[in-house]
Amino acid sequence: MLTKTLAELAQGLRAKNFSSVELTRALLQRIEASQSKLNSVISITADSAMAAAAVADGQIAAGNAKPLTGLPVLHKDIFCTAGVRTTCGSRMLENFVSPYDATVVAKLRAAGMIMLGKTNMDEFAMGSSNETSYFGPVKNPWNPALVPGGSSGGSAAAVAARLVPVATATDTGGSIRQPAALCGVTGIKPTYGRVSRYGMIAFASSLDQGGVIAATAEDAALVLNVIAGFDPRDSTSVDLPVPDYTATLAESVEGLRFGVIREFFDAGLEPAVERAVRDALAVYEKLGATLVDVDLPALPLSVPTYYVVAPAEASSNLARFDGVRFGYRCKDAVNLEDLYKRSRGEGFGAEVKRRIMTGTYVLSAGYYDAYYLKAQRVRQLIARDFARAFAEIDVLVGPTTPTPAFALGAKTSDPITMYLNDIYTIGANMAGLPALSIPCGFADELPVGLQLIGGHFSEARLLNVAHQYQLATDWHRRVPAGWAS
Amino acid sequence: MASDASTNEWETVIGLEIHAQLATRSKIFSGSATAYGASPNSHANLVDLGYPGVLPVLNGEAVRMAVKFGLAVDAEIAPRSVFARKNYFYPDLPKGYQISQFELPIVGKGRLDVVLEDGEHKRIGITRAHLEEDAGKSLHEGLGKLTGIDLNRAGTPLVEIVSEPDMRSAKEAVAYLKKVHTLVRYLEICDGNMQEGSFRCDANVSVRKRGASEFGTRAEIKNINSFRYVEKAINYEVGRQIDLLESGGKVVQETRLFDPDKGETRSMRSKEEANDYRYFPDPDLLPLEIDEAFIESVRKSLPELPDVKAARFCRDYGLSEYDAGVLTASRDLADYFEQTAASFTAAGPSTEHAKLTANWVSGALAAALNANNLEIGASKISALALAGLLRRIADDTISGKIAKDVFEEMWASGREADAIIDAQGLRQITDTGAIERAIDEVMARSPAQLADYRGGKDKLFGYFVGQVMKATGGKANPAQLNELLKKKLVG
Repeated sequence: MLTKTLAELAQGLRAKNFSSVELTRALLQRIEASQSKLNSVISITADSAMAAAAVADGQIAAGNAKPLTGLPVLHKDIFCTAGVRTTCGSRMLENFVSPYDATVVAKLRAAGMIMLGKTNMDEFAMGSSNETSYFGPVKNPWNPALVPGGSSGGSAAAVAARLVPVATATDTGGSIRQPAALCGVTGIKPTYGRVSRYGMIAFASSLDQGGVIAATAEDAALVLNVIAGFDPRDSTSVDLPVPDYTATLAESVEGLRFGVIREFFDAGLEPAVERAVRDALAVYEKLGATLVDVDLPALPLSVPTYYVVAPAEASSNLARFDGVRFGYRCKDAVNLEDLYKRSRGEGFGAEVKRRIMTGTYVLSAGYYDAYYLKAQRVRQLIARDFARAFAEIDVLVGPTTPTPAFALGAKTSDPITMYLNDIYTIGANMAGLPALSIPCGFADELPVGLQLIGGHFSEARLLNVAHQYQLATDWHRRVPAGWAS
Repeated sequence: MASDASTNEWETVIGLEIHAQLATRSKIFSGSATAYGASPNSHANLVDLGYPGVLPVLNGEAVRMAVKFGLAVDAEIAPRSVFARKNYFYPDLPKGYQISQFELPIVGKGRLDVVLEDGEHKRIGITRAHLEEDAGKSLHEGLGKLTGIDLNRAGTPLVEIVSEPDMRSAKEAVAYLKKVHTLVRYLEICDGNMQEGSFRCDANVSVRKRGASEFGTRAEIKNINSFRYVEKAINYEVGRQIDLLESGGKVVQETRLFDPDKGETRSMRSKEEANDYRYFPDPDLLPLEIDEAFIESVRKSLPELPDVKAARFCRDYGLSEYDAGVLTASRDLADYFEQTAASFTAAGPSTEHAKLTANWVSGALAAALNANNLEIGASKISALALAGLLRRIADDTISGKIAKDVFEEMWASGREADAIIDAQGLRQITDTGAIERAIDEVMARSPAQLADYRGGKDKLFGYFVGQVMKATGGKANPAQLNELLKKKLVG
C-alpha cells in the first residue's frame, strides 16, 4: 500500500482494498518515522488529516467520492493553509498561522485530498539545496549525506521516500525540477499563469509558479487536473480552459520533433549525467521521435539575469515582513526603526538577506537601468529564443541539472557555485514556459533528471511525453534503499 | 516677511499635486468597503493588511473614473499603462510598498482653464494623472506613547493629478484647485470632502527673478487640506523663500509641512533624506490595456462639464460670465438654478427672469446656505419654492425688499411664498387711489418738511418715500409711489 502511486492508491480506495483512514494513519506514521532521517516536513497535521480521512471514507462509502477523495498530499510550506502554521521555511514565520487557504490548497481540499502536513523548504524558496531552511536541512533519501536540492527539497524527498505519492511545490528558477531530479522523482512546473499564485507566499512574482512533485507523470497529471485554472484572485493567472491532462497520456510520441538544447551540454555538465540524458534521448528516438539540435544563444545569460530580476522582486515582496502585523517581532524595540531592523535582521536568514540586499541595490536610483531594466531586456531575448525554437520543434530536451545531488555543506560557502546548479532550469521561468523533470537513470548511484520544456500551455504534451518514457523505462519506479517498503 | 516692493521683483512658480479619492464602493485592489468613519481596521481584509500570499486585483470602476477625469481635461488616455511599486517602510503601508503608476500613467497631458477673480482666463497644463492606492493612517490620540494603525483607508483608490508649474500666485493655485474640485464632483468620481481627506493637495513652490528662464529650487508643501490653507501655505512659503534669497541664502530642495495653527511651513525632510522609492513594474498586475470602445463608452457617460455649462448659461440665460461661473461651481447648484428658472413661468424663463433667479440663488440663497453650513442639496427652500417667490416679485405682488422677509420666513418655516404673503397681508399696494391717500396723509402731518422741500431741499424726497412706505407697511409699489409723490409734492 505504502509505495504505490497515486493512481494505484485511488484504485485501491475505490476497490475498498483499504480505507482512507487506514492509508492516512499508515502514511502519518511513515512520515513521523522518517523525520529524524530526512527532516522533510515542518508540520504534520495528523488530527485534521485523520478527521478528513474519516469524512472521505464516508463519501467513498456513499458513492459520492471524487477522483482524488481520500488520497494523501503534502503541501510545500510556502502555500498558506487555514488554521495551520505556514512558515515558508523561515524564522520570520515560525509561528505564523495562516487565516486562509491558498487557492491550490483550497482546490485540493475541495477535491477531497487529505493534507498530511507541510514540507520543508529553503527559506522563502531561496536556495537550491534546502540548506537555507530555518528548520534544518532536508536529507536526500538516496544518501543522507547529500542535499535533496531546493527549494522544494522537502516535497521531493518526501515523494522519493514514498512518504506520500504526491506533494505540491513551487518553482521560481528550478525549485520543482532541480530537487525532483536530485531525488529521482517527477516534477512539473506549469506555464506561468496556469496555476494560481494566490496564497503562495511570493518570492519573485513574475517567475513563481506552483506545481506538483510526484512519482510518475500520470500522478502529476491527476493533481494538475485539479490545481490548474484561472483564479479571479490572481490577475496573472490565465483564463484558458484546462484540458484533462490524463486524457492524452497514452498518445504516441512518434513523429514528434525533440529539440536538444545545445547550450545545456556545456563544460559544466558531468559526463555521467550527460550519458544518462543521451540514453534517454535514444529511448525517445526508439519510440519514434526525431531529435534535432537547437541553439538558444541567449540561454546562458539566464543565471545572471535571474539573479537581478528575482532578488529585485523579492526585496519588495518581503518588505511586508516588518514585525508589525504578523510574523517575528524582535524583543523590546526602542523605536520604529529598531523594530524594523531587528525584526528583519533576526527573522530572516543569511541567504534571504543577501537577496534582499542584491534586489534593493539593483532597483536603486542610478542602478535600475543598468541592472533591472537590462535584465528585463535579456529576459525578452531568452523568451524570443524559445519562441523561435518552438516554431519548429514540439519539445525541448536536456539535462535538468549539471550534476547529481551534492554533499550537504559543499556549496554553502560559495553562493555563485550554488546558483549555477539552476543553470538549466532558470530559462523556462524566464520565458514562463512549462517544464518537467523525470528520472532518467543514475550517475554514481544517484538519480539523474531529464528536463522537458514545452511551449506555453503545453502541459498535456509534456506529461504525455513523460508518461510515454515512463511506460518504456522503470527509472521512476526505483525507490531509495530503506524506503522501498 | 518680504515687502511688496521686493515681491514685485520675484515671480512665484507653483505646481500642484492633487490627490482625489475615487468614489468607488470597494477598494482599488481588494473587495473591502471604502466607507469613511468606520471603527479602526473594520474595513481592512487580508489584501489590505498585506498578508503573506495575497494578491491585488484591480477594481474596474476606479479605472473608469480615472478615464472620466482624463477625458474631462482633454487628456490622452494611455492605451497601456503600468502599475508600479513605490517601495518604502512605514507602519501605515502594510506591504512595504504602495501600488501606484510611475512611468506609464493612465492619463497623459491635459489642460484646465480657470477664470481668475479679475475675470482673466488662464490655462493650466496637467502633466499627468495616475491611479494609486491610499495608505492607512497612524493614530496617536488616547494611546499614550503608542501609535495605533488604522488600515481602513489603506487601498482606497486615488487619482493623483499632477499639474505643470503653470501657476504664478497663490490665488491662481486656489482657482485651479477649486476648478479641479468642481470637476471631480461634476464627474461624480470624488466627494471632494477636504476635511475627511478625500481631496487634498501638495504644492511645489519656488520663486525666481522676474524674467528668469530657469526655475528656482522648489520646496514641496505636503498635505494641505483646505483652500484657505493652500493660499496661506503658499504665501508663507513664497515670503520665506524670497527672504532667504534676499538675505543671501539658498532655497534647499525639501519637503515641508504646513502648520495651520502657526500659519507657517516647516521642514520635514531634505532631498538627501528623501526615500529612494525603487519603483519597478508590479509583477502582480498585468499592464492595464484600455481600448477605444471603452474610452467611447466612458465619453458617452460624461455629464455636461462646468465650462460648457457656464457658456450655455451665458448664451441661453444672458448671464454674465461671472454669474455663470458662480452658478456652475457645482452640478447641484447649477441644477437648482436651472430648475428655479424653468419653473418660473409656464412659458419658460426669459432673460430677465433668469437674471433675477441668478441674483437670488447666488445672493440670498447662497448666503443662507453659507450661514447654516449647508450644501445646496440640503437647502431649506426647494427650487420650486424659490420660483414661487420670484414669481411674486416679477408680477409685482411684492417688492424685492418684502421678498427678503418672505425668503427668511420660507427658510425658517418651510412654507410657500404665497401662503406667507397672504397670511401676513404682504401684497404690494398698486391701487393708485390707496397710495395717493397715504401720500396725502403724510403731507398733511408734515407741513414743515413740505415747505422745506418746496423751498429747494430735494433731499427730503427720501423722507416722504420713507414715511409713505411706513404708513403702507412697506407694501406700496415703489415705482408707482415715486411717480405719484413727485407730482403731489410739486403741488
